[in-house]
Amino acid sequence: MMLKLTDINTYYGNIHALKGINLEVSEGEIISLIGANGAGKSTTLMTTSGIVPAKRGTVIFKGQDITHVSPDKIVKMGICQVPEGRRIFPYLTVAENLDMGAFLRDDKDKIKDDIDYVYTLFPILADRRNQQGGTLSGGEQQMLAISRALMSKPKVLLLDEPSLGLAPIIVRQIFDIIKKINEEHKTTIFIVEQNANLALKAAHRGYVMENGVITLTDTGENLLSNEDVKKAYLGI
Amino acid sequence: MFRSIEFINMRLLKIILGITAVGIPGFFGIKEIIADPVYFMELFLGGLTRGSIYALIALGYTMVYGIIQLINFAHGEIYMIGAMTALIVASVLGLWGWNSAVIAILAFVFAIVYSCAYGFTVEKIAYKPLRNAPRLSALISAIGMSLFLQNYVMLAQTPNFLPFESLIPDFEFWEPFAHIITAVEMTIIVTTVITMILLGILIKFTKIGKAMRATAQDKVMASLVGINVNNVISTTFVVGSATAAIGGVLIACHVGQINFFIGFLAGLKAFIAAVLGGIGSVPGAVLGSLVLGISESLFTGYFWSEYEDVFAFTILVIILIFRPSGILGKHEISKV
Repeated sequence: MMLKLTDINTYYGNIHALKGINLEVSEGEIISLIGANGAGKSTTLMTTSGIVPAKRGTVIFKGQDITHVSPDKIVKMGICQVPEGRRIFPYLTVAENLDMGAFLRDDKDKIKDDIDYVYTLFPILADRRNQQGGTLSGGEQQMLAISRALMSKPKVLLLDEPSLGLAPIIVRQIFDIIKKINEEHKTTIFIVEQNANLALKAAHRGYVMENGVITLTDTGENLLSNEDVKKAYLGI
Repeated sequence: MFRSIEFINMRLLKIILGITAVGIPGFFGIKEIIADPVYFMELFLGGLTRGSIYALIALGYTMVYGIIQLINFAHGEIYMIGAMTALIVASVLGLWGWNSAVIAILAFVFAIVYSCAYGFTVEKIAYKPLRNAPRLSALISAIGMSLFLQNYVMLAQTPNFLPFESLIPDFEFWEPFAHIITAVEMTIIVTTVITMILLGILIKFTKIGKAMRATAQDKVMASLVGINVNNVISTTFVVGSATAAIGGVLIACHVGQINFFIGFLAGLKAFIAAVLGGIGSVPGAVLGSLVLGISESLFTGYFWSEYEDVFAFTILVIILIFRPSGILGKHEISKV
């Protein structure tokens, strides 16, 4: 098991955001977590990344308890997050943003190869390499955010709403790349999405979340044909 | 429609005020400069020296503000501790009869190391526990730290002024120019320029410099790419303390005496300079410092020297009314 969340309870002050989440991600899988606004999807990722540690419960990564490990050490262990809203460093150039993605690495030559690799994944970034991150369009920022995360050579990639606010054609392109990363590098991918249709099609398995609890879990295909899911999230 | 008239009037008012503020002194200024250019040069270079010192201190304010949005009011004290350390080291080594060049170097090194240690510790004790508290708490903590350090140095050393023998020799080759700018002033300007260049390289090109900028822009994201935010904040305090220490030792050489209180006013002036340039902006701090130093020097030279401090604080009031974001400051952009 790559990543295992057991009975996670997370609070923001007095607000009980996650009420006993259980979730598993196997090596090489694409997992989707879908649910409405405010269900606790982003919090699940923030708890995994150590930004908002769980009050109760455990996060186990490759057999190690990382529940209370600091965020930078979690990145070092191989879990990297592309947060909601992309959070590009607006006054750093595209190239500097990528350098920051490789912050924990010392192998200079390989970093260069990896930068070239992400430029082949997203050629537009190569054209914009000396431009400040804040001047990019939403789609370009999402590409940069994913590239920046790839620079840390993650074993698990956490993606928070990669489709948010983007044109459908860009969304498709980004999901194609996500699948490609998963196939080529065997990177485990954990997607949080409101766009349930897209996320479940890409995923091997999916989880459905409501008000801080997981209500349903199955393979992506089965969830797509599940009557409740159809009604609540697919609008069919 | 009423609003648009109001808007135009406001602009007109600003333009008229601007022309008056620049024009009248400008007119008399040019007359004076033509009458006695050497005196003007003296004042100008004196202002440049003063501005350099402000810049060395203001950098600490602006970098710390940029990264944790805190006005570190204890920063002036770090500068004072730098000067004090240099004084103690120089006196002791002088008693032992060491070579003056070695003394100067060691005094600088010790001043920097001590100030950095103090800057680092102040952050850990007074600000880190308040990282998630309201901003006012940290500000009050900063003022408390400032008072504590002043009184601590006063008790540990002395409340009196101590003579500070210049560590910088009067270079012989400089004799012909010494009537316009002294060797010490020249050294101050050159040292400041070198420090600025090194700092610029650090911030722009090194890994830690990029991490500092990234942390200033988005702390959560910085930790999501694996940056240890606490280390970056500590580094910022240490770098700011180092430049302040350099400023402290240089000004002590220039003025020739120090006491426990010199950090207070120098710190406030540097703070004004940082606000003038746009707090949070590194080039802004340097620019603001030079503008403040030179205008202060010209003001005291041509108008009333007793009103030197009043002048600086008047500038602060004027900026806060008309351009709170400073010369190079960005308008606060709310996060998306």
